[in-house]
Formats: sequence, structure tokens, C-alpha cells
Amino acid sequence: MRTRRFLRLLPVVPSVLLLLVFLLAPVAWSFYASFTDAALSGKAARDPQWVGADNYVRMFSDDSFPLAAWLTVVFVAASAVLGQNVLGLLIALLMTRSRRLVASWVGTAVVAAWVLPEIVAAFAAYAYFNRDGTLNQVLGVFGGEGPDWLYSFPLVAIVLANTWRGTAFSMLVYRAALADVPRDVAEAALMDGARGWQRLAFITLPLIRSSIATNLMLITLQTLAVFTLIWVMTAGGPASASTTLPVLAYQEAFKFGDIGYGTAVASVLILLGMVFGAVYVKLLREQRP
Amino acid sequence: MTTSRLRAQLGKESTTAGGSSRARAKLGADIALAVIGVCFVAPLLWLLLAAVDPQAGYQTKVPAAASTENFRAVMTPELLFQPLANSFLLSAGTAVVNVLAAVLAAYPLSRYQSRFNKPFMYTVLFGTSLPVTAIMVPVYGLFVQLQFLDSMAATIFFMATTTLPMAIWMTKNFMDSVPLELEEAAWVDGASTLAALRSVVLPLMRQGLGVVFIFVFIQAWGNFFVPFILLLSTGKQPAAVSIFSFFGQHGAIAYGQLAAFSILYSVPVLVLYALVSRGMGNSFALSGAMKG
Repeated sequence: MRTRRFLRLLPVVPSVLLLLVFLLAPVAWSFYASFTDAALSGKAARDPQWVGADNYVRMFSDDSFPLAAWLTVVFVAASAVLGQNVLGLLIALLMTRSRRLVASWVGTAVVAAWVLPEIVAAFAAYAYFNRDGTLNQVLGVFGGEGPDWLYSFPLVAIVLANTWRGTAFSMLVYRAALADVPRDVAEAALMDGARGWQRLAFITLPLIRSSIATNLMLITLQTLAVFTLIWVMTAGGPASASTTLPVLAYQEAFKFGDIGYGTAVASVLILLGMVFGAVYVKLLREQRP
Repeated sequence: MTTSRLRAQLGKESTTAGGSSRARAKLGADIALAVIGVCFVAPLLWLLLAAVDPQAGYQTKVPAAASTENFRAVMTPELLFQPLANSFLLSAGTAVVNVLAAVLAAYPLSRYQSRFNKPFMYTVLFGTSLPVTAIMVPVYGLFVQLQFLDSMAATIFFMATTTLPMAIWMTKNFMDSVPLELEEAAWVDGASTLAALRSVVLPLMRQGLGVVFIFVFIQAWGNFFVPFILLLSTGKQPAAVSIFSFFGQHGAIAYGQLAAFSILYSVPVLVLYALVSRGMGNSFALSGAMKG
């Protein structure tokens, strides 16, 4: 009986092995290496020494880590929680009232930015926010003279670019959620004389609250991990005005060769991801008992 | 009964008092949506116009003399075809590994009740939430230790693992929708578990498997950071990395060629996405197999 049960689970083994070797091992190694002075080259590369919590102490005495952590919080809050989430909901709500043709064309436009390979989206965003780019051309038509966005307002540029790139996901989640809201409920409210915003605040939003929670978790995780968009648009600069945590971890590890410090930054990010991941799993478990 | 009466009442309302205000609300939604749509298209417009403009800059403008010069310039073996072939190898390899591992894992999870199932599925789900960019520094360290650096096969297995949690989750859901009764009928006819899986379950969920395959393929095709870190020699790099090193390091002066390259590189995933989003509805028709 016991061996039989074991044999039944045998097909799961390849997946478990892959997950152990390529996901769990790097995570474990990250936590370990963050307590060493491991480096890309030199003596510390061949024989890394245990340095205790030095890397973590340096993190909080250094200026670059607190700044990167703050920029990451602003980037996630502005582009995911506010930008993608609110815009995605707004688009999905507008689609329920608009003509089908308009909804399908706009849906395609929004999804296009999301399906494109990230490097192509990043190049397009780079061109768009360039000093001579499309955004300043549009501002010029209205008589204004736009700044050099990537240089003067790098954070604004990457926030807008990430909103543009990622809104499709929230839109798709909310379109599916709104399609499940029973018509009768909305109609009954309409009969009771509820106004548009009242129906939204007291009926529609409470009905799709679990979708909102799941969506917020997922887009937060996705936005925490954004690297390519920022790397192509500003490379974290000028100075470190747009260096979020993934960019900082990359720079410390590969530009300055300090793997120990780079993995310490990475470990903080992994821990953050784990917290959000745990909340996400908990939310889903509550939804389907 | 009550609903239909309500609807009739609503209809009456809209023909009398609310008629024009409803139409106005609809027009308002159309206009608001169209404005949003234009904002989303604007950054892509440059890509399309610059690709056919040999004198392209960062400005969005209709080319003075449109030509296919940019496309012809980038369509060389070392600039386009080799990187695209590498992209295809990486993405197809990743997708094959994913589908194989996911089908194997999903079968016992879907067919046998066990205490182990739920915790496993939730651990897998938790795995989907790890920020992949965060583990690239440790993965690089691991690849150095194991001497996997610059290995196409190792990169494929790593990329497959990053999408595997999602693939297992999706495959299990698709497999759950294949009715157990059909499989049991095959068993009664003397088929082994493996034969039943191959001849009954997999054919019935082939659309679902197609969705998983394409989903993973699109992710791998667009991935820049992983091959950027793990593949060092230019002969192995996929299009995402070669485009970055070519145009990033050569001072990005050939804007038109950059746009042309971007379009050629993006077309496959756009086509695949259109395929999946259209087929998505059909794969759920599967649950009707029992009624049919």
C-alpha cells in the first residue's frame, strides 16, 4: 500500500527536482552568500569568507539602499496599485457601457503593449519619452515645451511606462470579474434609484473585492521584479534617481563585482516577494475552501 | 420571471425619460475609451513609422520617402536570423520541458486524492510569486559553481523552472476538466494507466496543452534578463539580447533599423497570442464531452 502510494507520486519527481535545483537552491544560496564577501573576480571569488551581517549593516548605513527601497515603494505604489489597477478597472467599467466595436479595438491596443516582448516595449517607451520623442511632440502641438523626461523626471517616465505596459493584465482580470456580476443585482439597484457612482461603490466593487485583492497582489509582485524597462530607459540614472531594488542588486553584483552585497539586496527582495506571495496564497485559499 | 419584468420596465424607462441620457452615457464611455486607446497606441506609432523611414529619428512623423530599406538592412544572418533561431530554440525547449514536466506532475495531482496534493499545489502557487529578477544574482553564482554558464541546455531548464509553477497549475486545471468516466471506460477495456493517459486524457486536453505551450513560449520569447545574464557568447544569444547589445552599445543611431528589427522580432508572439485568445473559449467546451 505504501509503495503503491509512492509509485503513484513518481511522475511528480521531475518537476520537484527542477524546482529544487533551479528555484529553491538559488534562494538558499542567496541567503547564504549574503553573509559572505563573495565577489565576481579576485581572491574573494575563489575563496569567499564569512562576514556575518556586514552586508546588511552596510545596507542601512549606505545611502544607496534606503533610496532604492524608497524608489521601489513609490514605483510599485504609483505604477501598479494606482496606475495599472485603477486604469485597468476604469477601462473594464467603461467597456461594459460602450459600443462593442470600440471596446474591442481599445482592448487590442491595451493588450498590444502587454504582449510585446519587454525589450521592444522598453525601446518604444524610451523613444516616446525622449527629448525629441512623441510625448514632447504632442506637448508642442498644445504650445508647451516638454522637458527631457528621461533625464529630468526619470521616475515619472518609468512609472508611466510601466502603467502603459502592464494595465492590460488588470483590465483582463476586471473584465472577467465584471462579467460575473449578476445583471439582476445591478438592475435592482438601478430601480431603487441608485446613481452610477453609488452602484459602483456599494454594489459592484464589493462584489468583485476578491478579484481586486488577487489582482493587487499579482501586479505588485510583477512590478517588484521589473528590470528590463528601467534598465533600457534610464539604466537606473541619472545618478541613482531611478535605481529600484532589482537594478541596485544587478549593479552591485555585476557592475561592481560585489556578489555578497548584491545577494543581500536580492535576499531582501526575495523576502518581500515571499510576504506578498504568502498573502496571495492565503487569499486564494479563502476563496475556494 | 421577476428579472424579465424588471428588464421590461427598464426598457420602458429608457424609451421615455432615460432614453437620451442613456445614449449620452454610452457616447461618453465610447469617447473616454477612445482617448485611452489613443494614449496606449501612441508609443507604438513610432515603432511602425520609424521602421519604414530610412531617416528615422525619435520623432513620430510620416516618412518623407517610405521604403523597406531598414528591413533589408537588418535581415542578415548574424543580425537577425541567428538570434531568432536561438530565440526559437530557447523558447521551444522551455515550452517542451514545461509541458512534459507539467503533464507528468498534473496526472497524479488530478487523479488521486492524497494528503500531499493541496500543500503541494499551494507551494507551487507560492513559487509563482518569487520575483525572478531577484534570484538572477544567486542563479548566476550557482551557474558559475556548477559550470553551467553559457550553456543553452542549462538556461532552458532554468527558464522552464521559472514558468513551471504556472504551467503545473494550468495543466492540472485542464486535466481536472477531463471527466474521469472516460478514462475509467478505457481501463475497463483493458488499457493501462499510461495508455489511457496517452489515448484518452491527452487528446481530450490537447487544446489546453496548446495554451500552456504557447503561454510558456511567449514568456520565454520575450525574456531578456535571464539570457542576458546566463548566455555570454554572441552565437548563443537570443534576439532580445542581441538587439540590446547591437543597438545599445553602438550608440543607437540606426533608429529605423531598431524599429524594423523590433517588429520582425515581435510578430511571432503577436500571432501566437491572437491564436490563444481566440482558442481560449473553445478549451472550456471540453466539459461538454460527457453530454455530447
